[in-house]
Amino acid sequence: MEIIISILAGIIFAVAVYNLLQKQMIRIIIGTVLISHAAHLFILTMGKLKRGQPPILSEGVTSYTDPLPQALILTSIVISFGLTSLMLVLAYRTAQENKTDNMEQLRGKPNE
Amino acid sequence: MIFAIFIPLLFALFVPLLSKLKERIHTGIFVLFIPLSIFLYFIRFIGKDFVPIKQTYQWIPSLGINLDFYLDGLSLLFILLISGIGTLVVAYSIYYLDRTERLGHFYVYLLMFMSAMLGVVSFDNIFAIYTFWELTSISSFLLIGYWHFKERSRYGAQKSMLITIFGGLSMFGGFILLSVIAGTTSIRELILHADIILNSNYLPLALILILLGAFTKSAQFPFHIWLPDAMEAPTPVSAYLHSATMVKAGIYLVARLSPIFSSYEWFFIIVSTFGIVTLCWGSYMAVRQTDLKAILAFSTISQLGMIMAMLGFGTKVAIFAAVFHILNHATFKGSLFMVAGVIDVQTGTRDIRKLGGLFTFLPITATLALFGTFSMAGIPLPFLNGFYSKEMFFDSTLQLTQSGNGIAQFMVQIIPYLAVIGSIFTFVYSMYFFFGVFGGKKHTMKLAKSPVEAPIGMLIPPMILVLGVIGIGLFPNAFNGTFLAHAAEAINPLSSAGHIKFWHGLNTPFIMSLIVVGVGFVLFKTKNVWKKIYDILPGRFSFNKVYDQIIKNIDIVSTKITNKYMNGSLGTYISLIIGAIVVVTGFVMIQTGGFTISFDNLAEITIIELTVAVLIVIAAIATIFSNSNLAALLITGVVGYGVSVLFLIYRAPDLALTQLVIETVSVVLFLLAFLHLPKMRKRSEKPPVKLKNIIISVGFGALMTLVGISAHSSNWFEPISDYFLDTALPIGGGKNVVNVILVDMRGLDTLFEITVLGIAALAVFTLIKLRKDKEEAD
Repeated sequence: MEIIISILAGIIFAVAVYNLLQKQMIRIIIGTVLISHAAHLFILTMGKLKRGQPPILSEGVTSYTDPLPQALILTSIVISFGLTSLMLVLAYRTAQENKTDNMEQLRGKPNE
Repeated sequence: MIFAIFIPLLFALFVPLLSKLKERIHTGIFVLFIPLSIFLYFIRFIGKDFVPIKQTYQWIPSLGINLDFYLDGLSLLFILLISGIGTLVVAYSIYYLDRTERLGHFYVYLLMFMSAMLGVVSFDNIFAIYTFWELTSISSFLLIGYWHFKERSRYGAQKSMLITIFGGLSMFGGFILLSVIAGTTSIRELILHADIILNSNYLPLALILILLGAFTKSAQFPFHIWLPDAMEAPTPVSAYLHSATMVKAGIYLVARLSPIFSSYEWFFIIVSTFGIVTLCWGSYMAVRQTDLKAILAFSTISQLGMIMAMLGFGTKVAIFAAVFHILNHATFKGSLFMVAGVIDVQTGTRDIRKLGGLFTFLPITATLALFGTFSMAGIPLPFLNGFYSKEMFFDSTLQLTQSGNGIAQFMVQIIPYLAVIGSIFTFVYSMYFFFGVFGGKKHTMKLAKSPVEAPIGMLIPPMILVLGVIGIGLFPNAFNGTFLAHAAEAINPLSSAGHIKFWHGLNTPFIMSLIVVGVGFVLFKTKNVWKKIYDILPGRFSFNKVYDQIIKNIDIVSTKITNKYMNGSLGTYISLIIGAIVVVTGFVMIQTGGFTISFDNLAEITIIELTVAVLIVIAAIATIFSNSNLAALLITGVVGYGVSVLFLIYRAPDLALTQLVIETVSVVLFLLAFLHLPKMRKRSEKPPVKLKNIIISVGFGALMTLVGISAHSSNWFEPISDYFLDTALPIGGGKNVVNVILVDMRGLDTLFEITVLGIAALAVFTLIKLRKDKEEAD
């Protein structure tokens, strides 16, 4: 199963990068959201999938899944959420100020 | 004694204060005493029984870099030249520079240069030499650009800076090579270890790098181009730096290191070839110039080439002649520059086409110029020192016996002829200089001022130099045993000239001199006839054009390259970044056999996970193709919820919970933003761009998959998670291990993650609330 999840993450990465390469800002943001999903799946896979019970200690259970990747992913989810929301607002303000959401037209001024 | 070197630098600190008084006392008068006292201090070392003196001052002992002061004959010769001519130049500048000039700047730069030059010639440590070497480049740059409001001055300063620093850096590389090969930074120890250096594989590289430094500094062909442009400097600077001292730093370096390299055949070939070519080209080009200082600049180039060639020969006679000519050239060339400055100040022009017939107007200047030019031409008269060294030069070209490879033997054959040709042109430009200015008809109406004789104070320094010319000419042996012989011995212990005689009998060198004078006289008289040759060679070609093209093209090409990849398009940057990641990582994985795949120790595949995975893939791919805001939002949500289902399946309840909540909040946010964002448009890429994007993204996805599989398939050590599982309850006091890790074991992560959220919230607030244009409207 780990191999399948790796492939799944790879596909999401590919789709995300393809979205990043687009001109419209929404598509770029969707690309970043997808890239963080792929990364989370990636981290989870590295810690081996399904080797026991959820990491909540209870009587009589000897085998738990690896708790460390889960803690890492939890941190990462929150951070990427913060970034996504900031980017959305940024995109909204940029589109409002510059009257365009095309990245090719947003090039700054010469010698800026 | 070592502090003598730093005295000018220390005094330079006080010059700005003294220059405040310049309305009453010319700043140069204070400065005059510095080189004079150094000269008087060192002149007492002249004598038959001179032995080298050594002093050490620790600077960076851990790197073997110390200020090792080492005074031998060669250093003494250069120190006396620097301080002696320095004194005269400062005296001359008192009359040359008006009090309205920025005198403080001038003397600070000049004193800085003096210290730097004294340092170059008197230190034994190669890195100390390099330090002072670059200081001469910098102070020379400042002095050439002294009249910085003139465009030509800035151009000349920049050019000399670029060329000499280029040479200085390659010399530094050569020094590092030498010190690594021989394991020492002292020149005297390098000479002791010459056999190690000569047997090293890096010998050619080290030699070429060091010679590059020497050739650029001493204006050897084809690096001579900076020297004529450096003539934009005030004349005292030209006289001091660009005739007597700085341009001889390269000569000094070659002389200093020739005990190491002289037995290496290519040293002879390279140094002699460049020297002889520089001699011929410089003297040939000097005849073409119309500016007095430009004639002198090319003349300096040519004379430096001659000295360099003699150092390349490395024979007893040649070394002695080289040392002798260093002294002679400094005397007559210094005086000629000062004469050119006098003419410039007194007539208002340096253009030889406007000058003429000045002998009756400037009789003293003309007499001084007569001695200077005739000595430079090497006319056989017993009171001109130039003749002696030129005669020895001819003698040394005839005494060359090089065995070994064909190039060296061929050079031995042609060098005497080239030497004669170069000297003929030297004769021609010397006569051209003298008679062009002082002889012929006077056309004073072309001049800005009516010429009158210069104040006597301005004439005293060139007079002293001309007295030197005559003195050395009349009593050459007074300088030989006590002074020059020590310098020559420092270069080659075997070289001692014996007795310098004016009349050797009717031998080959004397006949060569007669040929030079005879043919030179004919060429000078018929100059207008053969002058057209300059239209053929060099014609329209010049090394300046090559230099300008290089400078211009570096600018154009780098602008083009930068504009090519820094085009302001985010897509290009992402393509470059991702492309680089794929190529580099992929290459390393293939090179090191990093890709492994093992099918053991895998979790089993269940239908439900597979279904979710397939669903995520479909939803993800659909984001590319959806062209409506709402649809795109929904399918992005599907990916997020799909991931949270996977978290649930993989026994991560906290993750599933968080992911679910955050996905929902994100969807709401997206909805809000999409309300204001422009509608999604169809993707409109051209097919080649599309193909490129597909290749990059598929490449990246494939790479990540391979990395994932390889990482999973290689198990280097056990995870540390057992520790967390074992200690969560006893130490952390909680049963939910993930939460214990987040707040107990790795609480710092959580703290800063909270900070990230806080900052993001603040940023969102600021973005929406703060408007600069709104504030301005209020």
